[in-house]
Amino acid sequence: MSTSEYLLHVSDLKIYYYTYEGVVRAVDGVSFSIKRGEALGIAGESGCGKSTLAYGLLRIVPTPGKIVGGKVIFDGVDILQLSENEFKRSYRWKRISMVFQGAMNSLDPVKNIGKQIADVILTHEEGTSKSEAYRKATELLKLVGIDPARAKSYPHELSGGMKQRVVIAMALALNPDLLIADEPTTALDVVVQAQIINLLKDLKGKLRMSLILITHDLSIIAEIADKVAIMYAGKIVELGRMEDIYEDPKHPYTSKLLRSIPRLRGKASLEWIPGQPPDLKNPPPGCRFHPRCPHAMDRCRREEPPVISLGRNRFVSCWLHAKR
Amino acid sequence: MQNHIDLELLNEVRDVKELLSNIHLNNEIMITFNLKKYFPVRLGIIDVLLRRKIYVKAVDGISFRVREGEVFCLAGESGCGKTTTGRTVIGLTLPTSGYVIYKPRRELAKELIELGYEPIKGDYFLLNDLFKVRKINKLLRRELQIIFQDPYSALNPRHTVGYIVEEPLIIQGLKDREERRRMVYQVLRDVKLTPPEDFISRRPHQLSGGQRQRVVVARALVLNPRFIVADEPVSMLDVSIRAEILKLMLELKERRGLTYLFITHDLATARLICNRIAVMYLGKIVELGPTDVVIGNPLHPYTRALVAAIPEPDPSNRLKMRKLDIKGEVPSAINIPPGCRFHPRCPYTFDRCREAEPPVMEIEPDHYVSCWLYAKE
Repeated sequence: MSTSEYLLHVSDLKIYYYTYEGVVRAVDGVSFSIKRGEALGIAGESGCGKSTLAYGLLRIVPTPGKIVGGKVIFDGVDILQLSENEFKRSYRWKRISMVFQGAMNSLDPVKNIGKQIADVILTHEEGTSKSEAYRKATELLKLVGIDPARAKSYPHELSGGMKQRVVIAMALALNPDLLIADEPTTALDVVVQAQIINLLKDLKGKLRMSLILITHDLSIIAEIADKVAIMYAGKIVELGRMEDIYEDPKHPYTSKLLRSIPRLRGKASLEWIPGQPPDLKNPPPGCRFHPRCPHAMDRCRREEPPVISLGRNRFVSCWLHAKR
Repeated sequence: MQNHIDLELLNEVRDVKELLSNIHLNNEIMITFNLKKYFPVRLGIIDVLLRRKIYVKAVDGISFRVREGEVFCLAGESGCGKTTTGRTVIGLTLPTSGYVIYKPRRELAKELIELGYEPIKGDYFLLNDLFKVRKINKLLRRELQIIFQDPYSALNPRHTVGYIVEEPLIIQGLKDREERRRMVYQVLRDVKLTPPEDFISRRPHQLSGGQRQRVVVARALVLNPRFIVADEPVSMLDVSIRAEILKLMLELKERRGLTYLFITHDLATARLICNRIAVMYLGKIVELGPTDVVIGNPLHPYTRALVAAIPEPDPSNRLKMRKLDIKGEVPSAINIPPGCRFHPRCPYTFDRCREAEPPVMEIEPDHYVSCWLYAKE
């Protein structure tokens, strides 16, 4: 096992859906890396490919989707080159796990939550006895802030926030190095949402795991992530430390996205991004954001912008920042 | 026992006319008094044998007045009764008790009087009984409309946009096909689905989320209503386009002289569009006042917690935990805690909170709170 500072390198990852109407380029050349113990937020509008990206990292892209190119180096190994069996045996859920969007509504209604968590352990760790797995399940419940005595409860007896905690416990069952959370707070009330964000922050510190947080809500990313990647139409348009991007967004999309978040404090303003994201079957030529961009130039309509490094691990893909 | 409710007692007869003459009217369009909506819970055989009745007290006695031309917000977490309140005031469900009073336009008032329904005072009609008559309910639908939350499920996927928007006109019996068409085109233009010819024959799946929500708005507007319940109109949309729909709603309000009852769980959105806000908790209003005052200076511990829990896009937040004063989640509306219903989660609970329900107090002009912390001895 390598002990490099970085846990994950994704380079030029491409995931396409081959539908009858054409090829949907959901993830089209995405590159980023994550250090151990770091939290990366991936933000973007619905349909920008952020969930597909997560499925790619777990190699569970649903048909007709396919990973068509790129590398995913996880702890020194390109996990896209492994056979499905190898990946399943030593990576999926053991080292990379995920909290799926809306998973709290997919818990088995006729099985108590302790058993459901124990199932995860029994499936992946051969040779564990049932009682041992159940004992571990109760420990996991404690870890996510549920009274272990509730292990015998059924999902309908739990509130939304508690169900979400159960789903997080399931993702943590095998002590993964990387947890991917896809919209973990979307269906929750604000108070419960704040509780879950606190839990994720706490777990990240306690378990020293890396975290990928996928959400359309930049304010949730600001609450937890060290780095943020802004995705638009299958590409990362800006990547950098949260502070830098928040203080001084370089891509016009990022700054518009930041300004469209309704806030409680400060000046109340109604701002939005006119138009809608492009159809990924047939994205516009040049920069994919140009039809909605206030700064669009001729070049933006013709040529795709390169990824430009701005130093401090900061990248932007926009002609405005290209040196002439 | 908590769960036993004598419905006779709830419908205690009070003279609503007297109530109305005792308050100072300030251009109100909609007034509710002690409005309650209970839903019976499906019972087991034992409950039936024991003649036990159990209710979900979705709305448990709320009073508010909406002024003409304002955006009045009902805010609160899921299950607090905000949607039920919205549905009850426009007659989509009948209130269990309490009063809904509404001031219709001249034309509708005339029609109602011709049909033998008298206003209770001035131009104000008591809607409780009118809702029960199917024909009148339909008549009121011309003025009382709703924008639903989820544009993905509120539109029939098998109908075209044109038909979806036209349907209310057909139901209201507008026979002239050309006239209907003209009105549909006009309203589609109003919600900026232009040119309307492009949209009229599309089906919902061919539209983006924002466009669908515009169709939902268009359908609510096509009858030229006066009072619109907007039930979380932007919560299903991407953050990047929410403000666009809100702006559209504000423009339409000015142009068509609308009044909104805006229902949301998001105080930051409420702040952008609402004049006054009522914060609900378990079927009751706990705080009511001008939006900026309630958000800037929240009085009730629950409102304070809501304000504190809202994430802000400020990266310095990630270095610290968010301080949450209140514990747990909203209890079930079947077993409402005695006394102040917020007391089990409140950080300031004292004896009195457990014993009696706090009254509504006006702390500063137009700013009301229902909490024992502010009661003077």
